[in-house]
Amino acid sequence: MGYAEVSLFGDQGKQTVNLMKSIKSLNEFVIKFANVNGTGSASANNMFAKAIFRMGIPVSPKNIFPSNIQGLPTWYEVRVSEKGYLGRRGGVDIVLSVNPQSMPDDVADVLPGGYFIYDSTKPLDLRLVRDDVNYIGIPLTEMCAREYKDPRQRLLFKNVIYIGALAALLDIEFAVLTDLVRSQFKGKEKLIAPNIGALELGHRYVSANFECPLGIRVERRDCVGDSILIDGNAAAALGSIYAGATVAAWYPITPSTSVVDAFERYAKRLRIDPGTGKKNFAIVQAEDELSAMGMVIGASWNGARAFTATSGPGISLMSEFLGLAYFAEVPAVLFDIQRSGPSTGMPTRTQQSDVLAAAYASHGDTKHVLLFPSDPKECFDLAIEAYDLAETLQTPVIVMSDLDLGMNDNMSPPFQWDPSRKYKRGKVLNTEQLDAMERFGRYRDVDGDGICYRTIPGTHPSKGAFFTRGSSRDEWAIYTEDGDKYADNMKRLLLKWETAKNHVPAPELREANHATDIGIIYFGTSAEATHEALDYLANEGIYCDALRIKAFPFCNMVNDFIAEHEQVFVIEQNRDAQMRSLLLIECDAPPGKLLKILEFNGMPITAGKIRSEIKRQLPGPAQVTPLRKKTES
Amino acid sequence: MSYFKPAFRHPAAPTNSLGYHEDDYEGSLSTLCAGCGHDSVSGAIVRACFELSLEPHRIAKISGIGCSSKTPTYFLGNSHGFNSVHGRMPSVATGANLANRDLTYIGVSGDGDTASIGMGQFAHLVRRNLNIVYIVENNGCYGLTKGQDSATSDVGSHSKKGDPNPFESIDLCAVALQLGADFVARSFSGDKEQLVPLIKAAISHPGFAFLDVVSPCVTFNNNQGSTKSYEFVREHMEATGTVDFVPMHQEITTRYEEGASQEVCLHDGSVIHLRKGNNEYNLRDRQAAMGAIEQHKAEGQILTGLLYMDPDSLDLHSVVDTSDRPLNSLTEEELCPSLQALDNINESLR
Ligand SMILES: Cc1ncc(C[n+]2csc(CCOP(=O)(O)OP(=O)(O)O)c2C)c(N)n1
Ligand code: SF4
Ligand SMILES: [Mg+2]
Repeated sequence: MGYAEVSLFGDQGKQTVNLMKSIKSLNEFVIKFANVNGTGSASANNMFAKAIFRMGIPVSPKNIFPSNIQGLPTWYEVRVSEKGYLGRRGGVDIVLSVNPQSMPDDVADVLPGGYFIYDSTKPLDLRLVRDDVNYIGIPLTEMCAREYKDPRQRLLFKNVIYIGALAALLDIEFAVLTDLVRSQFKGKEKLIAPNIGALELGHRYVSANFECPLGIRVERRDCVGDSILIDGNAAAALGSIYAGATVAAWYPITPSTSVVDAFERYAKRLRIDPGTGKKNFAIVQAEDELSAMGMVIGASWNGARAFTATSGPGISLMSEFLGLAYFAEVPAVLFDIQRSGPSTGMPTRTQQSDVLAAAYASHGDTKHVLLFPSDPKECFDLAIEAYDLAETLQTPVIVMSDLDLGMNDNMSPPFQWDPSRKYKRGKVLNTEQLDAMERFGRYRDVDGDGICYRTIPGTHPSKGAFFTRGSSRDEWAIYTEDGDKYADNMKRLLLKWETAKNHVPAPELREANHATDIGIIYFGTSAEATHEALDYLANEGIYCDALRIKAFPFCNMVNDFIAEHEQVFVIEQNRDAQMRSLLLIECDAPPGKLLKILEFNGMPITAGKIRSEIKRQLPGPAQVTPLRKKTES
Repeated sequence: MSYFKPAFRHPAAPTNSLGYHEDDYEGSLSTLCAGCGHDSVSGAIVRACFELSLEPHRIAKISGIGCSSKTPTYFLGNSHGFNSVHGRMPSVATGANLANRDLTYIGVSGDGDTASIGMGQFAHLVRRNLNIVYIVENNGCYGLTKGQDSATSDVGSHSKKGDPNPFESIDLCAVALQLGADFVARSFSGDKEQLVPLIKAAISHPGFAFLDVVSPCVTFNNNQGSTKSYEFVREHMEATGTVDFVPMHQEITTRYEEGASQEVCLHDGSVIHLRKGNNEYNLRDRQAAMGAIEQHKAEGQILTGLLYMDPDSLDLHSVVDTSDRPLNSLTEEELCPSLQALDNINESLR
């Protein structure tokens, strides 16, 4: 292998960028942008992903960013996959590098035969030259210096120029890009022409200097249907709007902040009282997460739908209150956008490592309903579900998203809303019902399902008032420290937990095409990578049934699934196999049966990892083929 | 064990304008130590609500944890109550008030609950000017955990345990003033004459109303050497003036001599009369109030009464511009946007 005509300095006539072993691919590749934080690269990079999406090709962009406002390296990795694989693939085919700081690592990242596109204003450090990589130099800084006077413009347009260059190199339809510019700058028309000009500049430069397109390129397809591209946090916020949430209390923390930001954005559009111009919502930035949770509990106790959004450190601080809400049976909705721990850990990297902390948050015997969305549509749907469940079950409900889902644009089916759907406000007594009652007992299990009737303060002049406290009360809400009464109440809460199993969303089963004894349990953002891995494994003759958990408590289907398979791999993104532990605690599964597949380096799990882990852990080739025939049905 | 009060009412017991008797505002029998100051505060709350003719079910009482925070069980039995977690009453009250701005909120806390574990929430509640009456039943110690010094205990004061407190005390009225509270008062559980009108004025105030009520703990901090004992407070209490509260629509029956009183008119038409005592200063002068508190402290005196008030206070709802109707009363139709709006959002994401 050697150089074909590799351009290091990029301007001596037209170059053919072509190694003997250049990667050739149509609509299947990974490109990574290496930028400097705070240089305005995000909007240009988004434009790239959106352009591919608008050409009908599935994309999955991921921001890989430091906990920093300006100056440190930041990356934007986009997987383009006509086959619709949206999980992180691993490996990079093309690097677009405008950050000298991270260049050595970025060069090393490129797969053999891949492409390294860089700013060639300064000559490339020869130590960075690999003979199995194609180098494409574009003098971005020089072009900007020539073209723009204002230093801010030089910085910003550099990003737009490289998108224009990519359009030529990868064969992106130019009209798609210009349309995007037009819609992005709607209302700021003056900016449209210069942006298109910058796109053209990049396009012209590479068209004149390189053989375009490259071996890797895109071509219009019809593979995205009516999908949308949105981050999970905005989706959860929109779900909260449709669910009728009126009170939001929060304390800023990455990666959850954008939930409340988006809620405010949508609420200002959709929740202003038409008559008075006043807000049909209230958002309070609390002094800390304890307070945020207290506000949610106070508002929910008083009959409003309320939520907070946080991440692991906030869950720790909210724990005392979560316990109170569990015992006092006050609804509450909490979005936990998980990240790597601890507070001073890697706050901008993804993980699913709050599973146990959330499931059993607080002291005393407590357990909480958890929901696990895996794409933006589910963030929307499960947000709505969370309010219904919290009020139906009169308990906190925690929506377990993560940074990967929450902060990245994810391709998703469109949001749907059934206008005939009614909010499930649960067992709340109104004035007439109270009137018809002899005596109201807040904690009496009238229906035998563990869920009692509640009242909202201010409802009835003489009936329905009660004193809310954690425990030490009888079923009439009268103070008592009688141990038997305490125990009875605890048993009723357990009965309510059983009832919850019938209310929470059921898991999603994907059966293999062949009968198999291998099961896979997965949840949340491991979904895309798992589905891709299942395809690879099936091609190799390894068949697995897969069950995606959407909620805790686990319903019987989860027990049955474990019972029906010889080995069950539990795929999750944390070190301690927390979901596996939860399954062991709650499902009576034999520990040896549940095998771990873990990713905990802060990056989303890949299909490759899942596939190789399954193959590594399967006992032997004999196990790989089905042991028993599935009974036909 | 639960305690029930004997249901006996004097046939001639008076009713208020709603037809309620005073005992309609009472709660279950107190389980606090006999003589505990907190019980007197409960009594004053009962009297104030009765005299103001508030609908009991339109009052919400919220507390933290402590002997003081237990008291909401012992007053307003027909009102909803919430005994939350230690030091966090402010946040629960904030959420509750955001959900329904139309109820009257009475927050009850202790000096431990507010000045230590809950100091952060207290400070931010003041800043947000939540419309609530915030009562600290201040006994200078942690009653419920058996008498440890609290952060409001004065330097050198000692409880029954005997060791003088070496640390500077926190004056919650001064803190509230500094953080912008528009109604700040101090009183004494043993002075119902002063306490009841102050509570009434606090309830009528449109924003955050703070009442620091010295309320002796007979069991752990009522000894010689304590600056929070009945005896000490009685001997060292000085009032800014005598407070009369005249609710809206009620005729003023007392005659006030020209120049002998300050009047504050509230937006609902109620009037507070402060009959001048020895310590007069302009009630609307925050700095003067701070100065007066400091000066009395330096002299070993406790300044009580209404210390500061601004009736033009704008509460949290006014600041964040929420709907005039309680948020918890908005219907699904009003809250849930249309399907068309969702379709437009979908379209914008393609
Ligand atoms: C998180 C937490 N820590 C500690 C306690 C124990 N505790 C209960 S009451 C109390 C002090 C109460 O003091 P104060 O608020 O002054 O009320 P008082 O009993 O004096 O009226 C403490 C420390 C608790 N309930 N919760
Ligand atoms: S311990 Fe003190 S504060 Fe608690 S009830 Fe007894 S006297 Fe009151
Ligand atoms: Mg105390």
